[in-house]
Amino acid sequence: MSELYPLLGSVIGILVVLSLAIGILREWKFADGSNDIIETLNGYIIVWWGMVVVFWLSSLLGHTGVILLFFALSFAALREFLTLTTKSRSDHYALLLAFIFVLPFQYYLLWIDWYGLYSIFIPVYAFLILPVVSVIRGATQDFLIRVAETQWALMIAVFCASHVPALLLLDIAGFEGRNVLLIVYLVAVVQIHDLMHYLFAKLVGRRKVMPQLEASKTWEGVAGGFVGAIVIGTLLWWITPFAPWQAFFVSLVLCMCGLGGRMVMTAIKRDRGVKDWGHLVPGHGGFVDRLDSVVFAAPIFFHMVRFFWG
Amino acid sequence: MNGLRRFAGFVVGNAIVLFARFLTAVRGIWLGVEPVPHKRVYYSNHTSNADFVLIWTALPPRMRRQTRPVAAADYWFKSKLRAFIITDVFNAVPIDRRAEVREDDPLAKMVAALDEDASLIIFPEGRRNEGPDPLLPFKTGLFHLAEERPDVDLVPVWLENLNSVMPRGEVFPIPLICTVTFGAPIHLDVGEDKAAFLERASDALLELRPRQEAAS
Repeated sequence: MSELYPLLGSVIGILVVLSLAIGILREWKFADGSNDIIETLNGYIIVWWGMVVVFWLSSLLGHTGVILLFFALSFAALREFLTLTTKSRSDHYALLLAFIFVLPFQYYLLWIDWYGLYSIFIPVYAFLILPVVSVIRGATQDFLIRVAETQWALMIAVFCASHVPALLLLDIAGFEGRNVLLIVYLVAVVQIHDLMHYLFAKLVGRRKVMPQLEASKTWEGVAGGFVGAIVIGTLLWWITPFAPWQAFFVSLVLCMCGLGGRMVMTAIKRDRGVKDWGHLVPGHGGFVDRLDSVVFAAPIFFHMVRFFWG
Repeated sequence: MNGLRRFAGFVVGNAIVLFARFLTAVRGIWLGVEPVPHKRVYYSNHTSNADFVLIWTALPPRMRRQTRPVAAADYWFKSKLRAFIITDVFNAVPIDRRAEVREDDPLAKMVAALDEDASLIIFPEGRRNEGPDPLLPFKTGLFHLAEERPDVDLVPVWLENLNSVMPRGEVFPIPLICTVTFGAPIHLDVGEDKAAFLERASDALLELRPRQEAAS
């Protein structure tokens, strides 16, 4: 771990400078929170500070600390998600079970590193058992909708989110003790994609793509997001087990997952008529808002790394 | 002994607030009034026994001591634990809903509390709403209160989602996000009759519902 401290130090240094710059600019010119770019940048910086906490927890407490952190975040995400899903009185026990059993058990399986079960527990066992618990209470109205929406909530908020700390459990020859960098890489590439996408769409965006989803989505944004994230993802190859050309392709896949995740999660918000999932981070929505694309990309990144490098 | 009870009430009150936050991540949305310690009557929709807990949690801490829920004595004085929670933790104004057995006038007790500079939390529907309608017809208490103390702000407060957290008859709550929306205060107009006032009060409350639900 200790050889990672210079890296951690420089990340903190960059963040302090960025936070100060943004903070001063905000106080000085846009104290009312009217500048969209400043507010958005601020939202990303909050997540990157969160990454520093992940880093610090993993060096202090090892896997346990990071798993506990994501357990808490999954709880908040599931609470946000299930607030918006269709449910009836009959689902009360199924939802209770999701919170008090499925969620903790998934993270317990991670903690004891039982790959064979944590990679299928939710999509197989939880998905089959929870509808049975719901049906026992009798109500059949909207049954398929209720079941499907609860499953999606578990899929995103617990299953996908738990694959971020699962990156710590991969055994990669010659990369021992540095797995936390896989989390850093995942979050950095996906978030830089989101940020570049936003900035390009905002500053030079002209040709609209899918305006029914997001009025601000443009081809310039998509191109800027991909190019920016792939360049930085490739340049960061030295913190990963990948060769530079491999880092190029990994970043490309992460960009596609991130963009797809962002679009899917936006479509769900559109459908439910809400702007944000929650209010975990004041002014910047909930956990799902901040990390939707990262969470979406996490299982694919996990399995890709495990297959080719594990 | 009294000091000990007060301290216990303070500790339990904070524990309840913490638990309510953990379950509901409750957020106060101050649309029509500012969160300032001003003498008010908060009137709200009633779906669960924990309704006033959520309003209480959404208030800034310094306002909680001055804000007293009006609670049904016939329910809350059934056991020692309930009595402790309602008097020592929430400092409630207990009123008896059973007109035939009660000795004191509920309206007089509420007015007395207002005159002692307390704010009140009341549920003008009178009982928990379990039907499909968003609101039951209001009882007349709110009107009489407005008549007695016309200068006090009557603030509509919409509670969203708490009935899904803990539907009536369930033992365990599930964690879901709730919001508490505070609207613009209303007052009794000169010459306004009871029915017109109660309808206006009810409409002011309904208007605070989040949009996606109102549309369905």
